[in-house]
Amino acid sequence: MIAPIMIPDPGDPEAKIAGRNVARSDAGGRSRAAGDAGAVATRSGRRSARRVLPGFGLSLGYTLVYLCLIVLIPLSAAFFKTAQLTWPEFVAVVTAPRVMASYRLTFGASFGAAAINTVFGLLVAWVLVRYRFPGRALVDALVDLPFALPTAVAGIALAGLFSANGWFGSLLVPLGITVAFTPLGVLVALTFIGLPFVVRTVQPVLEDLPRELEEAAATLGASRWECFRRVVFPIVLPALLTGFALAFARAIGEYGSVIFIAGNMPMVSEITPLLIITKLEQYDYTGATAIAVVMLVISFTLLLAINALQAWTRRRQGALT
Amino acid sequence: MRWLLIAAALAFLTLFLFVPLAFVFYEALKKGIGVYVAAISDPDALDAIRLTLLTAAIAVPLNLVFGVAAAWAIAKFSFPGKNVLTTLIDLPFSVSPVIAGLIYVLIFGLQGWLGPWLREHDIRIIFAVPGIVLATIFVTFPFVARELIPLMQAQGTEQEEAATVLGASGWQTFWRITLPNVTWGLLYGVILCNARAMGEFGAVSVVSGHIRGATNTLPLQAEILYNEYQFSAAFAVASLLALLALVTLVLKYFVGRRAVDRQHSAGHAP
Repeated sequence: MIAPIMIPDPGDPEAKIAGRNVARSDAGGRSRAAGDAGAVATRSGRRSARRVLPGFGLSLGYTLVYLCLIVLIPLSAAFFKTAQLTWPEFVAVVTAPRVMASYRLTFGASFGAAAINTVFGLLVAWVLVRYRFPGRALVDALVDLPFALPTAVAGIALAGLFSANGWFGSLLVPLGITVAFTPLGVLVALTFIGLPFVVRTVQPVLEDLPRELEEAAATLGASRWECFRRVVFPIVLPALLTGFALAFARAIGEYGSVIFIAGNMPMVSEITPLLIITKLEQYDYTGATAIAVVMLVISFTLLLAINALQAWTRRRQGALT
Repeated sequence: MRWLLIAAALAFLTLFLFVPLAFVFYEALKKGIGVYVAAISDPDALDAIRLTLLTAAIAVPLNLVFGVAAAWAIAKFSFPGKNVLTTLIDLPFSVSPVIAGLIYVLIFGLQGWLGPWLREHDIRIIFAVPGIVLATIFVTFPFVARELIPLMQAQGTEQEEAATVLGASGWQTFWRITLPNVTWGLLYGVILCNARAMGEFGAVSVVSGHIRGATNTLPLQAEILYNEYQFSAAFAVASLLALLALVTLVLKYFVGRRAVDRQHSAGHAP
């Protein structure tokens, strides 16, 4: 059907659930196999006539109608609205200097934040999987805080902490490091909201990693660092990239946690989502929508890239077991 | 080495997670419990709480029904385009919340597709409660579906087929076989969906119009108070949302564990 080759499910299903709130990162290998098993029942005859279970038409029909009404038709509105512009007009709007400056900040800070989270996310995942220490379960549960905490709350908390008289700000400002109301503030906010992605994509892979591999490498004389670099890292790499891409994708659209700490100065610390809102408030619907379309196209491309990365993660993991 | 790594990881998490969380409660309670209580029992704050609860009470059940329907179609049947459909269901997660709000303005706003018609009939959607609900439904759209689809796929169709062959109706099969098998996964999705529905800021901010006592949800109320330099009140409102986040994490932890146990016992049946 969908997957030409049946992939044996890597490990037990339980490891998957823990990480799945981040990404539909797993269970795919198994689920496709299950889907195919279902298909066997229907393969012998004409499709609809041989379906044993009822409710296919109703459930699929409802799904499609609801999907169109809530998601697809409203999203298409953005593209139709932008189609009113000619191509040169569109290019002029989306490449204006203020807009370009916002792209640079949004994508630069998102990339930086995702990179920080890749390094520290791997570290946190490693520590949570490999070591036992007091409070580990609590720390593990709290890693998801940025998913659960409303972005506006994160925004005002970070802005308060890093303002000149806040807990962090009062330490950093005398050193000449101003975080609040600068691009650095954007980086801090995006690091906060992207924090769980890498941890939650890497964690299940590390849990499933057969210990024998490392033991074998150690027996063959590899140092611990070589062991990590040559054995663990290549296995974790697809998940690490997936986590990076998820954190990056989330960061470029982020609004609530950033605007309080960013200062929002045009050309300096104004992110693209805020620019869309600014244009809306000036009743420049066409301009706002044109920029939104650029962001949508980039987001959709990232979504496809993430899907491909997740498929790679599953294959890499499947090859191990 | 081991303790060094643990210390580095904990230092990072402390700086970026625990301190900001503690800071919210510290600021909220800094001026005493009296100020705190006054801030959250302010009429505008109470209206914001009511609207937040109402929004979640509409958005979560709608997305729950959708999630179950989508999972039933995708997990129990095979049809062409299934992968595309699954990707499309995830689409709202990759759309910026600001754009989620914007697209509804393009449809229901005064200059939008339905704007003139809505004005003739005196129906307000943008800058009113329906717009807030719609934007919230959009941003929480995939939560239940993406929990249920892999879970129901993993469980296969044998049990349902057996029930049907034994003469159970479609609804009987669903209520007695499918639903009990996925209860915990479903709850898990609902908890995440609810947290996002109550905490959504960007999308709601675009369509709300920030009318106090009428179209302000809790996150918007926190924003307004903060921008007016009423920091204690802003953090008091924010602390309610932070509490919601903590409750969500606790529920998620326990429900997640039950879901794992459940799948462990049910998933190995075939």
